[in-house]
Amino acid sequence: MKGTNLGEFEELVLLTVAALMEEAYSVAICDELSNHTGRTVKLGVVHAVLNRLEEKGLLNSELGEATKARGGKRKRFYQLTVAGKAALINAKSIRDQLWDRIPPFTWISA
Amino acid sequence: MKEQQHHPPHWAQRFVEWYCKPELVEDLMGDLHEYFERNVQSIGPHRAKLIYIIDAFKFFRTYTVRRPKFIHLFTNWIMIGSYFKTSRRSLMRNKLFSFINIAGLAISMSVGLLLIAFVHDLRSYDKFHKNGERIYRIINVQTNNREHRSKFATTAVKTGKLIREKVTGVEEVTIVGNDFSQDAKVGDNVLPVKGFWAEPSLFRIFSFPMLEGNPETALKDPFSIVLTETAAKKLFGNQSALGKAIKFDTLDYQVTGIMKDVPFFSHLNFEALVSLSTAEQLSKNSNNFEQWANQGANFVYLLLPENVDKTAIQSQLDAIAKEENTAEENTTIQLELLPLHKLVVGENLRSSEGGPGAVGPHLPPIVLWILGGLALVVILSACFNYTNLSMARAMRRFKEVGLRKAIGAGKGQVWQQFLAEAIMISLAALMLSFFLFLVLRPQLINLAPEMQRMVKLQLTPSMVVAFVVFSVSVGVVAGFMPALFFSKVSAINALKNESSVKVFKHLSLRRALVVLQYTVTLIFITTTAVGYVQYKNILAFDLGFNTANILNIEMQGNKPDVLLKELSELPEVRALSRSLIITSVGNAWGGFMKYKDSRDSALVLTNNVDENYLPLHEYKLIAGENFIAHPTTAEAVSEVIVNQQFLKRFNFDISDPEKALGEEITFSNFKMSGRKMTIVGVMQDFHYGKVNNLIEPVAFMFWTPGDQAIINAKIQSSDLLATMAKIESIWKKIDRVHPFQAKFYNEEIEEAYSEFSTMIKIMGFLSFLAISIASMGLFGMVVFTTETRLKEIGIRKVMGASYGNLIYLLSRGFLLLLSISALIALPVTYFFFENVVLRRFPYHTPVQIVELFAGLLAVLLIAFLMIGSQTMKAARSNPVEVLKSE
Repeated sequence: MKGTNLGEFEELVLLTVAALMEEAYSVAICDELSNHTGRTVKLGVVHAVLNRLEEKGLLNSELGEATKARGGKRKRFYQLTVAGKAALINAKSIRDQLWDRIPPFTWISA
Repeated sequence: MKEQQHHPPHWAQRFVEWYCKPELVEDLMGDLHEYFERNVQSIGPHRAKLIYIIDAFKFFRTYTVRRPKFIHLFTNWIMIGSYFKTSRRSLMRNKLFSFINIAGLAISMSVGLLLIAFVHDLRSYDKFHKNGERIYRIINVQTNNREHRSKFATTAVKTGKLIREKVTGVEEVTIVGNDFSQDAKVGDNVLPVKGFWAEPSLFRIFSFPMLEGNPETALKDPFSIVLTETAAKKLFGNQSALGKAIKFDTLDYQVTGIMKDVPFFSHLNFEALVSLSTAEQLSKNSNNFEQWANQGANFVYLLLPENVDKTAIQSQLDAIAKEENTAEENTTIQLELLPLHKLVVGENLRSSEGGPGAVGPHLPPIVLWILGGLALVVILSACFNYTNLSMARAMRRFKEVGLRKAIGAGKGQVWQQFLAEAIMISLAALMLSFFLFLVLRPQLINLAPEMQRMVKLQLTPSMVVAFVVFSVSVGVVAGFMPALFFSKVSAINALKNESSVKVFKHLSLRRALVVLQYTVTLIFITTTAVGYVQYKNILAFDLGFNTANILNIEMQGNKPDVLLKELSELPEVRALSRSLIITSVGNAWGGFMKYKDSRDSALVLTNNVDENYLPLHEYKLIAGENFIAHPTTAEAVSEVIVNQQFLKRFNFDISDPEKALGEEITFSNFKMSGRKMTIVGVMQDFHYGKVNNLIEPVAFMFWTPGDQAIINAKIQSSDLLATMAKIESIWKKIDRVHPFQAKFYNEEIEEAYSEFSTMIKIMGFLSFLAISIASMGLFGMVVFTTETRLKEIGIRKVMGASYGNLIYLLSRGFLLLLSISALIALPVTYFFFENVVLRRFPYHTPVQIVELFAGLLAVLLIAFLMIGSQTMKAARSNPVEVLKSE
């Protein structure tokens, strides 16, 4: 089913939103992702993904206070919904299960 | 502080605001701004701005873009109703202006409708072939050592056979031999039948459905013929034609199939198809048929598989051409692919000289572009009228606009309202112009015989859709400026005081439009006038011989002797002669001649004529005399009469043509090679080709009974109709099958230049439209200006201004505009003719002042009438009446 499966980048964005807690807005997410993954993350892509995640019901958003920076425009802060948290946990558990099935010696030959 | 000074580009911000959904726009712009500030710090303000702009476009995505607004417009039926009502009221209130607008748009749009229908018909050619997209014709490009490249629509039979043998990646090949035209005999019934030589593969490439007979085998065996339904009915009546025999000449052909009639919109048009194997058998003895150089008489069509690599096929064609060209001396021939759908509207291709002309209907795209451009100019002119008049009368509707704005109408809504009004008017005009279209359609089709064969202009659903779309876009163009103008008016200004809004604010724009309109009109009219005079000059051109009262009778394969004898007994016939072709109307015949130098051969245009031809046409001999020997076989012909140009080409002494007499030259063409001939006469140069060709070397040789014949009869008669009837009755005795074909020489010349007369007719029609539209517009403007200045005129009159003063005052502005137009239009037309058009006519007469000014005079006269009548009316008005009401 669409919506329950997370893409790799979607998952990263969700995690970043969770990690940034109260400070999760698009530019910050973008910076955080760039720092942690080491790849250049385009704002446009993050924006599109945030929008999609919100449509899927994994994220909630609300506008913050107006500040002088940003040309007087308000920030939009994102928060995980219950479904979003569930999706993250689900993704992690799938990975964990798979990790558990790999015997340690496999790594020696590789 | 520093970053405060830099702002993202204003327009880019507006752009994002414009397209972005309202719920997303704020934080999106905030993000962009944050990035911008960061970039200003790191890479400088210039690149930061650039990146901002790029990002602004990058965010134009499906999830950010708001739904277009007009959807809301169309859901808002109440407002639409209100717009409709106010528009109708304003239309009814100003009947004159509404009439000018609707009539002008309708007239101009009728041209657009005709053009749309015309293009639509041209585009529907050959669309019934199921594999149309994959069908190609092979064309050949010949490069002569003397002449340069020319493209022919035809190619050799050998090309088709070689492609079938050697080229891989071709699904089907078919050879269509041009021009099967013979008399079919069925019992006592004799009827001419026209068609092509064809192969069985024709039915696999083209979608010509077979009604009876097997398409796979019908064209296989020699002497089989496939008839169309109509042809079968013509020959056999209601009996079944399948399996019956038809006699052509002395040979029996068997009908092996009946096919559906060829659709009108097919570039191949025929009554019958005869198996190509017949042609092979008939020409067994001549090696000409299979020759590579015989590129003149056959079409080759290919059916290529889907997704084919055309370059691969082209390179294989090149290889074939290269191999075959090694055997040729003077010409190299290249083969090219031409898609089926580019045959009718596409590049100009030549049909071979003297060969069959049945290449099918054709129109080069440039003609369509020119026609489209002219139609566009006329339509724009009508749109200008609308723009002009609506803006001039803006004052009358300011209250309405002000009120609408005061109760909450936005800019956009007012804009929509006036645009909708323009579209409504143009749709109303569409109704009217559709009737005009119906009236004009037969006129257009009957303009030229080629037109009748080419288009039907019948209404189809897709055409109707095109008409409506066209009309709506005309409305948008016409209403765009007024709508913008009204939407910008502020509510306070509009309501407070009428006069505070400047009525003449957009005067310069309106003046420019009037000048443009009249410039175009003047160019049209002077072009027509100059073109007409030039055309008449061409018809009356001194060709170097006399063409008056000479009737040319096509023998159509009959021997001329009997007819000659019968004609000579008629008292009205003064003299008779025979010739192979009619010159000066675009026909040409010729071959290559050599004088002493055996390497120097020149193309010489020829005509075969008998001993009476020269005196009958009053050719002027400047040396020597008429043919001495009168041979009766082509092999015995040994004398030529040449022109001065011929002497020049072979370096004879032109001042003393007598010296050329008795000299021997050799002549070769497709029938004979290296025939020795003696010059017996030299005639003055005359125009063998059309007037747009330079005079080339020409030679006359003696006509022999083996040639086709045209009888030239000099007629002197007071009752031409009776004489023609007599001659026709004599013709009927000789040939009962073919209708009598005879035309006076001057008529032939007129027909040879019929494309010019067609062009002039079209130009004339367009200039008539242009002048009526421009006049209507001017009339509207004059009425408006005089109306608004009525009080001023009243006061001036009271103060003692005279009629003359007032008329001058009112009309001087318009006269100035007209003179500016004339100053632009006349030189443009003059240079256009002298430097573009008449360049192609080396023997033209220069453009005269009279023609240039005739059009101007007509336009000025109409404009004077228009301005004069209105200003006089205003000047005569009683000041008491005008001034008392306030």
